[in-house]
Amino acid sequence: MSRYRSLRMDRPRLSFLIERRTTWVLAILALLCAALMIVSTGIGSLPVSPLEVIRSMAGKGAAAHEVIVNKLRLPRIVIAVLVGASLAVAGAILQGLVRNPLASPDVTGITEGASLGAVLFLFLLGGSVPISWMPVSAIGGAFAVTALLYLLSWRGGVSPLRLVLIGTGLSAAFKSLSYMLIISGPLILTVKSLTFMTGSIYGVSWEKDVYTLLPWVAVLLPLAWFQARHVNIQALGDEVAGSAGAHVQRSRLILLLLSVALAGAAIAIGGAISFIGLMAPHMARKLVGSSFGGLLPASALIGAIILLAADLAARTAFSPLDIPAGVFTAAIGAPFFLYMLYRHRNS
Amino acid sequence: MRLTGLFLVMALLAFAVLCSIAFGTADIPLGHVIGSFTGYSGTQEQLIIRTARVPRALIAASVGACLAVAGALMQVITRNPIASPSTFGVNAGAAFFAVIGAGLLGFESMQAQTWMALAGAGISGLIVFVMGSMGKDGMTPVKITLAGASIAAFFASVTQGYMLTSGKMFDQVLVWLVGSVAGREMNALTAVLPYMGIGMLLAIVLSRHLNVLAMGDDIAQGLGQSTARMKGAAALSIILLAGASVAAAGPVAFVGIIVPHIVRRIAGSDYRWIIPYCAVVGALLLVAADLGSRYIAMPKEVPVGVMTAVIGVPFFVYIARSGRVAR
Repeated sequence: MSRYRSLRMDRPRLSFLIERRTTWVLAILALLCAALMIVSTGIGSLPVSPLEVIRSMAGKGAAAHEVIVNKLRLPRIVIAVLVGASLAVAGAILQGLVRNPLASPDVTGITEGASLGAVLFLFLLGGSVPISWMPVSAIGGAFAVTALLYLLSWRGGVSPLRLVLIGTGLSAAFKSLSYMLIISGPLILTVKSLTFMTGSIYGVSWEKDVYTLLPWVAVLLPLAWFQARHVNIQALGDEVAGSAGAHVQRSRLILLLLSVALAGAAIAIGGAISFIGLMAPHMARKLVGSSFGGLLPASALIGAIILLAADLAARTAFSPLDIPAGVFTAAIGAPFFLYMLYRHRNS
Repeated sequence: MRLTGLFLVMALLAFAVLCSIAFGTADIPLGHVIGSFTGYSGTQEQLIIRTARVPRALIAASVGACLAVAGALMQVITRNPIASPSTFGVNAGAAFFAVIGAGLLGFESMQAQTWMALAGAGISGLIVFVMGSMGKDGMTPVKITLAGASIAAFFASVTQGYMLTSGKMFDQVLVWLVGSVAGREMNALTAVLPYMGIGMLLAIVLSRHLNVLAMGDDIAQGLGQSTARMKGAAALSIILLAGASVAAAGPVAFVGIIVPHIVRRIAGSDYRWIIPYCAVVGALLLVAADLGSRYIAMPKEVPVGVMTAVIGVPFFVYIARSGRVAR
């Protein structure tokens, strides 16, 4: 029996090579994620037992429980999964492209660009355009930063160090522009925008948030997975990839666009939740190795689990206060980042 | 030559401070500004000048001076052209501790808040320094920059989260996140002035030794300098300057990075000149930025930290692109 299992399709012509062990890891992660979703749905000011949660989801629970579970708690849980998974995959792709383990949407300023896009939308178009267009604005902001970042870091090629340095600078600039907007706007939007800039999935609903984000994730995540084999070959370096027949520059651009769009869409709904795009891919790499066929789904699941856990902590740890989940991801993310720095101290 | 230059910048600073006192949402003729000190009669105009405008201009000037000098010191001891209290997380750490002191521990007095800010500046600076110099190749620009950026992001995020949820200090959120000199009273300055003064004095005393240190650790040690002691003294001065500035005006960004670079262009590489020049140019920059911040979103005021970031980032990008950092 070979170590690898290959998944083939005739049309479109695609194939994936996945380690056998990876399938098991993915299955366990998926189970873990599902279990956390159910348990987390049950926890709150009115506790619901996990079994009752499942019954309510199926429409067979007590009437009061069904309202609490399906109307009030489940949207937040689903958003946590979608946002966490998108941010994690965006980070995984970015790290593969830049070939730097410390790259992530936060470090490169993509997060702040998307936030500015979203804040601009709130302030300039808030009343006149339906909220489902907010991801477009956030993705636009994310793309603007990425274009600027590439342009400014380009000096006969892009070095990872310059990318990171200029990314931190752009991050500060875009954050300041958001603050400037917040201050010059009406006071009612101030709290909303500031919470948004910390990252919070408080008070989300099916119609406004889940159905806005879902189409983006449903299209972009599979697309990213189909592109996974291109990331694998890029990891060999530009020359080797080119001579193996890969369109290095073209697929790099497509992957970058996918990563930025995923981050932008997630931030439009969840706000500037930080460090997930950095942490999840590293944990996933530990579990399934760096082949992207397995790495992307594993990152997505781990990202979802991290945000589920962070949000659970955020709403229960200081109950009745509901702290933005972004505070918790930053609180575990920054030490994790420092640990990564420590691990790579000699490279 | 350099002395006349210094006097010229000082004259500019005096002019900027006067403008800062005279112009704003209510413009006051210069004659009345002087009048409010020579013949005080308690009119509303004179009240604005004495309780709002003058403290504000003085806080801006002293915070600008301190942050610029702290940036210059950090750039020498880390040998990194993009070092500054804001990029390396020292400001964010100080702001976080000040906020926690006021909100969670109930420290009301400006004195206690200053001590908290100093402690925060010291702790975050220490973490970044240690994390940035791990590994066998010692302190590299990438490592220390990344450590600084992540510590800054961490403290800023936790500060923001705390202030948003506690609800107690909501009106001050922006002050503690981006830095502002608006609406601060004179006692905010008098409380921190001693620490600023000691930090500044230390920097001036050190400036002669910084020239040696700037040549690199090996050469400095070869010339008989105790580099560890020198760096320790410089670190103490940085903590005093940055911590006191944050206690007075919040984490104002990028002053510490812009000013030393401008100053090196005018004053050369002798730190005995760079330090005083940094102080004066830093003060001038922040007073001017504060003046500009009143006109961007009239009649509302943009915090001065937003202004310095907007001015500072193009500068930062220019420095990051130049070969000096990226080798």
